[in-house]
Amino acid sequence: MCSLVIAAALVAAISLAPAAQAAVQLRITCYSDGNECPITKQLAARFTQQNPDIQIEIDEVPYSAILQSLPVQLASNNGPDIARVTLFGSVQRYMLDLRPYLKDADQWEANFGPELDWMRSGPNDHGIYGLMTQLTVTSPFVDKTLFEQANVPLPGPKATWDDWAAAVAKVAKATNTPFGMAWDRSGHRFAGPAISYGAKYLNTDGKPAVIDDGFRAMASRWVKWNQDGTADKSIWAAQASGYGDAFADFQNAKIVLYLSGSWQLNRMVKQIGDSFDWAVVPNPCGPATCTGMPGGAAFVAFKETRHPAEVARFLDWMEQPAIYTEFMAKTLNIPASAAVRKAGVNYDLPPAGKAAMQALLQNADSLAPLAYKLQGYHYNATIFNVTADRLSQVIAGDMTLDQAYQRITEDINQALAAAK
Amino acid sequence: MSGVAARAAEHTYAAVMNVPERPMRWAQARLGTGRFAWLFVAPNLAIFGIFTFLPIAINFVYAFTGGPELMPADRAFTGLANLRELLSCSNYLNPNTCTRDIFWDGVWNTLRFVVLQVGLMILFSLITALVLNRKVIGRGFFRAAFFYPVLLSPVVVALIWKWILQRYGVLNAAVGAVGLHPVDWLLNGTSAFSWTVFVSIWAHMGFYTLILLAGLQAIPADIYEAAAMDAAPPWRTFRRITLPLLMPSLLVVLVLGLIRAVQIFDEVYVLTGGGPGTATTYLVQFIYQTGFAAQVREYGLAAAASLLLAGVLLVLTLVQLRATRGTR
Repeated sequence: MCSLVIAAALVAAISLAPAAQAAVQLRITCYSDGNECPITKQLAARFTQQNPDIQIEIDEVPYSAILQSLPVQLASNNGPDIARVTLFGSVQRYMLDLRPYLKDADQWEANFGPELDWMRSGPNDHGIYGLMTQLTVTSPFVDKTLFEQANVPLPGPKATWDDWAAAVAKVAKATNTPFGMAWDRSGHRFAGPAISYGAKYLNTDGKPAVIDDGFRAMASRWVKWNQDGTADKSIWAAQASGYGDAFADFQNAKIVLYLSGSWQLNRMVKQIGDSFDWAVVPNPCGPATCTGMPGGAAFVAFKETRHPAEVARFLDWMEQPAIYTEFMAKTLNIPASAAVRKAGVNYDLPPAGKAAMQALLQNADSLAPLAYKLQGYHYNATIFNVTADRLSQVIAGDMTLDQAYQRITEDINQALAAAK
Repeated sequence: MSGVAARAAEHTYAAVMNVPERPMRWAQARLGTGRFAWLFVAPNLAIFGIFTFLPIAINFVYAFTGGPELMPADRAFTGLANLRELLSCSNYLNPNTCTRDIFWDGVWNTLRFVVLQVGLMILFSLITALVLNRKVIGRGFFRAAFFYPVLLSPVVVALIWKWILQRYGVLNAAVGAVGLHPVDWLLNGTSAFSWTVFVSIWAHMGFYTLILLAGLQAIPADIYEAAAMDAAPPWRTFRRITLPLLMPSLLVVLVLGLIRAVQIFDEVYVLTGGGPGTATTYLVQFIYQTGFAAQVREYGLAAAASLLLAGVLLVLTLVQLRATRGTR
């Protein structure tokens, strides 16, 4: 009888042992601006060493998969536990409130206050839905070598976009550079200059009211600069929709000024290096302010996860100042965490890269509150896409500015009606 | 010895084939010959049903429902609202007067593309087939060379031509080398549209040339010999003998070419992104952008547009069926 009991206990122990040891597996869908996914993989391996009960599988995907496939996966309950996301509005309804699972939610509030709002469904929502993996800021990059060759001084910190347009046109002419400037084909990039010229984008109720005098002032300038050759119109007009990037033109000295953002720093350092002198300059001004647009990506958790506590444990671990600082240093990103930003990050960068990072940090600190508000609006991508598409049609000669203004308003209204 | 081995193999084969015979006979007896036949087509029908008929049915559901929900059960019935929105226009010839102007830009661009691409492609395919049907030196090589682009993925085709046509591309390097001013080939609406037609012809011509070549080779040589004996000039021989006897193949080429041209998307999307402006935005791109690329996905509108497109394709397919039946 005794041997029978022992045998039964052994069988039970053997059969239960794997269950006790089986680690929870978390899946993260990740896209990289630079090297964010490989670095996350390294950190996740370290996390698993310290927490052997949690295994993390990282699926690296192109950014387009985050925009197009992830919402469909989530809608059909086939999403990952965590994903690196930029457009929070598109996936907000699937996001998990981590607050009940976090060790110190107040610390998250203190460090990520303004950015946590971007992920919330509205003013009454106090949930914590994800960890910002970076704060981005749109900023102009300039080719200082071309300015020196043209013997034209760089416009000062309070120079307007008009001053910059005149200066880069002069430099381009003197140095036989094809174009003075290019902006990424993105309504997000356009929004910074537009806000500087007085655009409000949202009314007092927080609803879109895009077309106003400020928006018109910048839109007419942008179309004119494209049509008179100050700006390279191939970036905006050549395609009917989607994002367009002018990094290659800047890298090959085909433009003098490139309006993009902090996420380009990695490429600037690695692919341009010291081929020519380049720098980040303060965001040019307009009559209203001098701002770019904030942005950034976050690791957000999803409601359908079967392991919310483990998801929160991983994100809590990533949020620790030491880990977060390491992540920022290795990915060359601006920290979204106020504490980490205050303490400073020691970036391993050459002198030009360090100066550029310093300028980007200054630009991040001088963003207009309206820019933050617009970034937090859930259908901002609709506003941005419609702006870029319709202004591109004007630049291509398909329609007039007035027709574009009318279409921008109609397109946004149609999209918002469809979203209900 | 070999005869013995062959007999043994025969016996083994018969034994193996006899294994399923009993259960088959049993099933046939139970089900009857008519129903038994369904058993054989059932797997194929299931695959066809799940991957073809079901998506068509779901597409209908989306086309008559609205809202941002993905799951059909969660979507509100809106009747013909999506179709009405697409077709709402003051003047169909002027897309700017339409509620959904990009849809109508797509419709007109697709129509222009279909007429030009199919017309030119048939012409070039016919000329190429006529040349390759003659005893020219290196005929095998040329046949392979003309067919080669058909084997390439549309994305590869588009990337090759983008590399050639972009501002700092191969074509402008050649243009610059002979002292001419480089041209922004893809930045002018007319030029970009023409290049999409050309690239599409380049990519697909080989397939249609092959069909026409097969048609030409099926024409009996003795008819040509008789024409030669009657001293018929080449043009009359072509008009009175080649063209009528090639008509069935030409009809197949025409209808297949039309169907393919109406569905144009991948090559052009990679090559021009639908630009400049909307000069090369075709109907399928509108469907893709509306249903999959926009932040607020209008699945219902995209499904309604795809129903309209399916209607056009259905008409073309019926024309093909009727034409091929009539020429038999």
